[in-house]
Amino acid sequence: MDLLILFISAAVVNNFVLIYFLGICPFLGVSNKLEKAFSMGLAATFVMVLAALVTWLINNLILIPFNLPFLQYVAFIIVIASLVQFVEMFIRKVSPALYRALGIFLPLITTNCAILGMALLSALREYNFIQSIVFGFAAGIGFTLALLIMSGIREELETAPVPEPFKGAPITLIIAGLLALAFMGFAGLITG
Amino acid sequence: MNTILIGLMTMGGLGLFFASVLAFAYEKLKVKEDPRVEEILETLPGLNCGACGLAGCRELSEKIVAQGTLDHLRCPPGGAETEEKIAEILGISAGTLVKKRAVVKCGGGKSLAVERAEYRGIENCTAAELVAGGSKACTYGCLGLGDCVKVCPFDAIHMGEDGLPHVVEEKCTGCGLCVEACPRKIIELVPCQNRVAVACNSRDKGAVVRKACKVGCIACMICVKNAPEGYLVSDNLARVNYEKGDAAAEPALAKCPTKCIVKL
Repeated sequence: MDLLILFISAAVVNNFVLIYFLGICPFLGVSNKLEKAFSMGLAATFVMVLAALVTWLINNLILIPFNLPFLQYVAFIIVIASLVQFVEMFIRKVSPALYRALGIFLPLITTNCAILGMALLSALREYNFIQSIVFGFAAGIGFTLALLIMSGIREELETAPVPEPFKGAPITLIIAGLLALAFMGFAGLITG
Repeated sequence: MNTILIGLMTMGGLGLFFASVLAFAYEKLKVKEDPRVEEILETLPGLNCGACGLAGCRELSEKIVAQGTLDHLRCPPGGAETEEKIAEILGISAGTLVKKRAVVKCGGGKSLAVERAEYRGIENCTAAELVAGGSKACTYGCLGLGDCVKVCPFDAIHMGEDGLPHVVEEKCTGCGLCVEACPRKIIELVPCQNRVAVACNSRDKGAVVRKACKVGCIACMICVKNAPEGYLVSDNLARVNYEKGDAAAEPALAKCPTKCIVKL
């Protein structure tokens, strides 16, 4: 039950993109086509779960015993970057089809702030192993959700009569703001 | 001091560990890739336009190498020049490529085609087509809202004063994106040497066409009578038989009663 609440909290109520404003770059960059957004979300979720797993191990087995939590930022960046590199190579070898689907997006999320943010938050809140994996998964799902909503709107927007000065980035930012406002409506659902 | 030392050693250790894992994985998981794939990829225009029917230049390049020949694989934007280079890399001779460009098969401009309604919806042909088939009386003619203009990556189609798109032949690479974009399938890729075309797409019967447009094909068969080799008529619409070339089609050019056969 706690895990379910944790999941909903991370995926919807405290959505990484729309509430914490993490991972805005792919949110704006890769949200013009639904299909691409989905691939990106999938890749991010995948990396987030893996990163949650590995950063938890690093944090709890190395950094905390050696009394070095102040190195979390640096250590996590190294871990996530090498992990993504490794996963990319692995997928390329094992499944070329999956590589083609995720391939272009994997390097993009190597040092994505949403992933680093997830790892740091998870360490800050002192989640246990299971919790941090659920947290990573939920963060990925939340990221995918935000991307899908955004790309759905942007696909519709292509045919909308947007005033000339607002075309492109401005209208996208306005929509992102409105979406963030909408997601604030979930704020009372779960506290904490 | 101690903290610094432990910190340095921990980070150094982590770095070393990951570096060795990655180095090891790089060797173990290396995917053998034909170097020709990269070479061909560099030769291709890199537009990822999809005109070859594959998802991007990389896929085309992979397919060419896997197949070893250029059979059934074409890069229209790259044209003959690119294909020769690819053939050189593969060590084979290039097939002859017929360069094509887009031709708009509708002559029903503003004053010539009858408008049956005023369209005030979204400025987009696909949308207009969905809303009761747009404003023109002819349900096959150009809607004139420029989906083809918007989709062209080469700036080769422009909307003319007559409300019809015009193709700038020098810029057109024959990628076929406009052919896909047009909800009425009015645009066709025609070999560049063919100058004569039927500028009509209407499959309606002659009487219906006459009411809808001054320059529509009424399938009167006069072109076939004047140039039996040059034209094919079916579904109430004349089409130029491109394989026979201009010479076969030209005799009927001036004879068409509705002037829908045009020389580009």
